[in-house]
Amino acid sequence: MELDTFLIQVLNGVQYGLLLFLVASGLTLVFGIMGIINLAHGSFYMIGAYLAWSLSQHLGSLALAILAGVVLTVLIGMALEWLLINKLYHRDHLYQVLLTYGLILVFEELRGVIWGNDVHGVAIPEWLGASIRLTDTLAYPVYRLWISAVCLVLAVLMYLLIQRTRLGMMIRAGAANREMVQSLGINIQLVYRVIFALGVALAAFAGMIAAPVSSVFPGMGNQVLIICFVVVVIGGIGSIKGAMAGAILIGLVDTFGKVVEVDIGGFRVLPELAGTTIYLLMAVVLLWRPEGIFGKRL
Amino acid sequence: MASRGVRLAVLGALAVALVALPFVADKFYVQLATKVLILAIFVMSLDLLVGYTGLASLGHAAFYGFAGYLLALITPQYEAASLWTSLPIALAGSALLALVIGTMVLRTSGIYFIMATLAFGEMLFHVFHDTSIAGGSDGIYIYVRPVATIFGWLPFDFEKFTHFYFVVLVATLGVYAVLRNILDSPFGRVIVGIRVNEQRMRSLGYHTFRYKLACFVLAGTLAGLAGYLAAVQFGVVNPDMLGFHLSASGLMMLILGGMGTLVGPVIGAAAMMVLELVFQGISEHWLLLMGGFIVLVVLVLPHGLIGIVSRRGAREDPHG
Repeated sequence: MELDTFLIQVLNGVQYGLLLFLVASGLTLVFGIMGIINLAHGSFYMIGAYLAWSLSQHLGSLALAILAGVVLTVLIGMALEWLLINKLYHRDHLYQVLLTYGLILVFEELRGVIWGNDVHGVAIPEWLGASIRLTDTLAYPVYRLWISAVCLVLAVLMYLLIQRTRLGMMIRAGAANREMVQSLGINIQLVYRVIFALGVALAAFAGMIAAPVSSVFPGMGNQVLIICFVVVVIGGIGSIKGAMAGAILIGLVDTFGKVVEVDIGGFRVLPELAGTTIYLLMAVVLLWRPEGIFGKRL
Repeated sequence: MASRGVRLAVLGALAVALVALPFVADKFYVQLATKVLILAIFVMSLDLLVGYTGLASLGHAAFYGFAGYLLALITPQYEAASLWTSLPIALAGSALLALVIGTMVLRTSGIYFIMATLAFGEMLFHVFHDTSIAGGSDGIYIYVRPVATIFGWLPFDFEKFTHFYFVVLVATLGVYAVLRNILDSPFGRVIVGIRVNEQRMRSLGYHTFRYKLACFVLAGTLAGLAGYLAAVQFGVVNPDMLGFHLSASGLMMLILGGMGTLVGPVIGAAAMMVLELVFQGISEHWLLLMGGFIVLVVLVLPHGLIGIVSRRGAREDPHG
């Protein structure tokens, strides 16, 4: 592999990883703080992508669509927490899995009713449409760099929010001892609702900014959900740092799995089996550190 | 629980109905009943993990689908495979797969276990979906069903749907009997002990990992039996047989019927199949109704249908 193609794949891998981080961080926050495993998390990624597609047609701009979409998904997240999720806090994980699986079916079917089952493309906004020329034959799209930058900024903001603000203090205290925080006069119910809505909006936002590069299609939610599970298992659940490390690792492994060619005994193992490389990585991590790279000892 | 007399009467009536079914019902209903019984085997095997051992697996369909694929792969294109070689191969394959996956996922517990089992199931899905090993996303057809010939004698014929029904019925009863015996044995006491308090079982000197792995392999093998039978019934295997939706549906059947009982899975499988038909009759967007129904069951019916008639048996919390 040439050095410039190699560097381009590194950029692609990191960009994909950062996008995965946005989705996985919501998953890991909601679990780490609220103790809820949310299978419908991937559905919000899909909803985000479809919102970006349909709203950008009505509003005429992707930026406006994203703004409206984020507001909408925050409201959806708060409503869901209020209606259903708060009934699950004291229930076993199995029931959380099932209820949120029911939500997956509802969201997938609603998506079909509202937007149909077709695959769509979303145009890259003009001001981000340029490419940077690397060599005579290779160019790198600015939009992908912009995705990476936005994800990094959000990651830093998230870190500051949790480590440096009053709300962050309540969130960390709520994760440690819900009852104690409540008895100190903090409305923990509201804090949880905000976190859940934040997680939903993060996943939806990732879907929105990914829409122009990945296209919009049914089933995209479950695909990203399962990859995020792998990210979280590798990184260690409840850990934002772990989600970041796991996401970048998966982004790189997945990207290179698709472009590197490996033959074993005349049988092309990669890229034909590229879809399985991330699971093999997970298997290795499970054998080495079952609690994940940054997880607490089980 | 109802009195012994009532129970015997219900069981007797059920036995008569199950045996009489192929003689009185249409082909459609016999095949539906066959499908329900196959799913019942699958859900019973899942119950061994989730309801008894407290291991909530979200990747159980992997073993079901893998056995189906093994049958499809060893069946020659226009000839029949022998039941007596293909079934053991399929079961051994599922058992081996469960041993490998179990060794890794059982190093985790709780929510990690749920995510890791789902991910490994999905890995298998990708192996069969993305590569040309077994027909990719279209799957493979099994044009000729396995034959059960022993030394020139054919005890039953899978091409006849009534014969197949009775074989599946016997298999279901067999799985029930095997699980009942295992659960009543000292081994069964140990795995229930692991669910309730694994630390204590370990301090009593039990090597809990080995017990959990044995359970995982046994459950995977029985799921393989169900998958083999399903492949025979439908004459086709495809990646959906291994996928996440079947694993989640299995859990739903288990909860709906009532987990931690061996009758619950059978009730749950039957109820879900009937519901699916009813919902499909109401609207083309039946998955919307199914999703709503699942949400509702979790909120209002945590002990399943069996919990309505019986206070004992079905439990809510697999860990407590």
